[in-house]
Amino acid sequence: MTALLRITPQLLTLAALMAMVTLFFPGFLKIEFVDGRLVGPVMDILKRGAPVGLLAVGMTLVIATRGIDLSVGTVVAITGAVTAWAITNGYGLGGALVLALAAGAVAGIWNGCLVAIAGIQPIVATLILMTSGRGIAQLVTEGRILTFSHDGLAFFGSGDLLGIPVPALIWLATAIGVTLLMRRTALGLLVEAVGVNRAASALAGVNATVLLIAVYVASGLCAALAGIIATADIRGADANNAGLWLELDAILAVVIGGNSLLGGRFSIAAALLGALIIQTIDTGILLAGFPSEYNLVIKAALVLVILVLQSPNLAGHWYALRRTFGRQPAATTATAKGAKQ
Amino acid sequence: MLLTIRSLTKTFPGTRALDGVDFDLAAGEIHALLGENGAGKSTLIKCLTGAYARDAGKISLDGQTVSPKSTSEAQELGIGTVYQEVNLLANLTVAQNLTFGREPTRFGMVDGRAQRQQAEAMLEGYGLDIDVSRDLSTYSVAVRQIVAIARAVALSGKVLILDEPTASLDSREVETLFGVMRKLRDQGMGMIFVSHFLDQVFSLTDRVTVLRNGRKITTERTADLDRVRLIEHMLGHTLENEVAGHRKADHGLPRSELLRFEDFGRRGHIEPFNLSVGEGEVLGLAGLLGSGRTESAELMFGVASAHSGSAQDKSGAIDLSSPRAAIAAGFGFAPEERKADGIVADLSVRENIALAMQARRGWARPISRSEQTRLAQDYIARLDIRTSGPDQVVGDLSGGNQQKVVLARWLAMNPRFLILDEPTRGIDVGAHAEILRLIDEVTKEGMSILVISSELDELIAVANRVIVVRDRRHVAELTGSEITTETIVRAIAAPEQGEDAA
Repeated sequence: MTALLRITPQLLTLAALMAMVTLFFPGFLKIEFVDGRLVGPVMDILKRGAPVGLLAVGMTLVIATRGIDLSVGTVVAITGAVTAWAITNGYGLGGALVLALAAGAVAGIWNGCLVAIAGIQPIVATLILMTSGRGIAQLVTEGRILTFSHDGLAFFGSGDLLGIPVPALIWLATAIGVTLLMRRTALGLLVEAVGVNRAASALAGVNATVLLIAVYVASGLCAALAGIIATADIRGADANNAGLWLELDAILAVVIGGNSLLGGRFSIAAALLGALIIQTIDTGILLAGFPSEYNLVIKAALVLVILVLQSPNLAGHWYALRRTFGRQPAATTATAKGAKQ
Repeated sequence: MLLTIRSLTKTFPGTRALDGVDFDLAAGEIHALLGENGAGKSTLIKCLTGAYARDAGKISLDGQTVSPKSTSEAQELGIGTVYQEVNLLANLTVAQNLTFGREPTRFGMVDGRAQRQQAEAMLEGYGLDIDVSRDLSTYSVAVRQIVAIARAVALSGKVLILDEPTASLDSREVETLFGVMRKLRDQGMGMIFVSHFLDQVFSLTDRVTVLRNGRKITTERTADLDRVRLIEHMLGHTLENEVAGHRKADHGLPRSELLRFEDFGRRGHIEPFNLSVGEGEVLGLAGLLGSGRTESAELMFGVASAHSGSAQDKSGAIDLSSPRAAIAAGFGFAPEERKADGIVADLSVRENIALAMQARRGWARPISRSEQTRLAQDYIARLDIRTSGPDQVVGDLSGGNQQKVVLARWLAMNPRFLILDEPTRGIDVGAHAEILRLIDEVTKEGMSILVISSELDELIAVANRVIVVRDRRHVAELTGSEITTETIVRAIAAPEQGEDAA
C-alpha cells in the first residue's frame, strides 16, 4: 500500500502524458494483434524504452548510495562492441552474451574500486570511463561500424516472445528481479543505510566497501544488457553513437522517479516509470507530428513541468496558497477539486 | 519585558512538542531554559528563530508581535542564535565570517582592509587577541564560539539564544565565555541559555524556566532554587537513588579475565598499552580531549588497525582488523560523534536498531519487518526512547533519544565488550541517569563496558577501574577507593605522578 502511494505521482504523470498524446494522436492507445505479435505505439514505447529502463535500474541503486554513474552510456557502447566483435569472431551467441556481461561487470568493478577504495568522488570517478570508454569501444570495433547477421542475437533486439517484444521483457524481468533481490533480502536496507551515512553504517558492521562496488557492478551489468539490446536491434555496433547521452536520460528517469540524488530511500519501480515517462515523451512528440526540430525543446519543457510539479518546495507553496485562498466555504473547494479531476 | 511568549503551541505528527508555553525574557537578563531531551527546548528556540512556524500563540519583542519566517528574518528583528556546533565557515577567515553577507565593498569588490577593521571593531570588548585575517579553523572551539556570539550580537543586538554553548569547552574557556555573557548582560542584552550543566546554570543565570513534555513547569529566580528541586522539576518525579556510590560495593570482587590487550598500539594514535578487561567490569577512560581516549577505543574496535601488539581472550588471539571483525569477536562501539558516526539519520528507529544485527547476519538473511518492529518496540520501552513509534525517522529525535537508539542497536547484539565514547554528552539529567543505570544493569548480566567520558563524576559513579590517558599514552590506572576526582585530575595534570602510577 505504501509502495503504491510512493509511485502515485509517477503513475499520474504517465497517465496525464498518455492522455495528452492521445489528444494529438487518437490511435495512441490502440494495440493490435498482428502476425502473432502485439503492435501499437504503447508496445513501441515498452520496446524503445528498454535501454533507458535498464540503465535506470542500475542507476537507482548507485544513486541510493549517494553516488552517480556517468559511464553507463559509454558502457553500452563498449558492451555492444564486445557483443558484435564476439559474434563476428565466432564465439557464438552464448559466448557473446557472457563476454558482454563480463565487460559490463569489469567496468562496474573499475568504477566501484575508484569510488569505494580510492575514495574518488563518484561523479569524477565515472567521468573517467565516460570519456575514455568510447575509445575502448572504438578499439574493439577497430574504428568501423561492426555489422553482423545472426538471427539468435537479433532476437534480443527485435524478437517477440508470447507476442511481446523481447527488449521489453528483458527490462521488466531485470526490474522485477532486482526489486525482489533488494526487498526480499536485506540488501535494500543496507544500500540505503550506506547511502545515508557510510561512516555510521561501516561502524555498525555493514561492509560498505563491498556494497559500493557491488552497486556499480550492478549498474555495469544493466548497461551491458542495454548494450546487447542496442546492438542486436541495429545488428551492428556503432562505437560513436551507441548509448550516446543515455546516462543523462537514465539519471533523469531516476530523478523523475522521485529518488533523491543525496542517496538513501529509493524506488526502482518509480525510476522505471520515470524511464517510461521519458520514452512516452520521445515517442509522443514523433507521433503528434511536430517538426523534428521542436523535439528537444518540447521534451525539455515537459520534463521541466514534471520536475517542478514534483518539487517538495512547491508542495509547501501549494499548501500556503491553499491556506490563503482556502477561506472560502469547504464545499466550493471540494467541487472545484472534483471538477478538475 | 523584552521578549514575551504567550501560549505558544507547536504540533508535529504524533507529538505535541509545545503546549501553551509562556516565557518572558527581560533586557539585561540571562534566562536558563532547562528540560530533558524532548521537553521542547529546541522546538521553542526554533519557533523563536523562525526555523519552525508556530501553530498557535503569540511572540512579542519590545511589545510588537513578531512571527519570523526564517533565521535571517529573526536576526533582522533582533533575535540571534549561537549553537553548540558553531555554524560558521571554518575555512574562511575570522573577518570574512564576521562580515559574511554584508562585506564592505569598494567599487563593487570586497574591501579587505575595511573588512578587517570592521571585524576588529566587532570583536572589541570580548577580550580576544586574535588575528582576524587568519582562518577560523586555526582557532579553538571557544574562540569560534565567541566569534559566533560577536557576529550574532552585531547582527541582532536584542535577544541572544545560546544553545548548549559550553558543551565542547574546557572550564577555563567556559569562564571566558561567561565573562563575555555577563558583560553583554550589563549592556542590556537579553539572553536565553540552554545547557545541561547545572553548575553553569546556577553560577550564571538570573532566572530558570523548566519545560517538560512540551509544557512549562515553572519559572523561578535562580537564587531561590535549590538543585534537588530543579532536577525534580525536570524529571517530574523525585530522584529515587543518586547514581553515585551505588557501585562501590563490588569493587573488590575478583573477576575472571575476559580480554587482554598486550602491547596494543598504533604510531601517531596511541602508544602501545596493556589492558586487561574483566567479565562484567566497567572500565573508565579519562583524559583531556585529544589525549588518546577516542584513539584507544578506535584501535580496540578496528576502526584503525594496530601496528603492534595483540588482543586475546580465553581461546586465543582475536582479529580486530576492522569493525566487522571486532563485531564478529563480540565487540560493540557507540562513537562520540553521534550524528556523523552513530545514527543513520534518514532511516527509521526500527531500521537503525536492527542495522548492526542485520549486518552481522548478512544480506541474504533479512530480519523480517515484524521482527524488526518487535525488536524496536522492545528497546523503545526498555530504554524509554521518546518517539512516536518504531517507524519515526531517527533524525527527528532529540539528541538523547538518538543516543539511546545507538545504544539499543548494540544492546540488541548482546556484545561481550561494549565501548561507549562519551555516551552522555549533550544529554539531559534524566537520560543521563538512565544510561548510567543501564550500564549497571547490563554489566550485572556479565557484559564488560569501557566508558570514555569527560565528566569525572560519571566515571567515579560507574567505573570499577579508571585508566588515565595523557599525550596519547595510558599513564595511570586507578582502582576502587583510589578513584576520586582528585586522583584522576592529578593523573591527568601532573606528569611525574602519572608516570609513577603507570
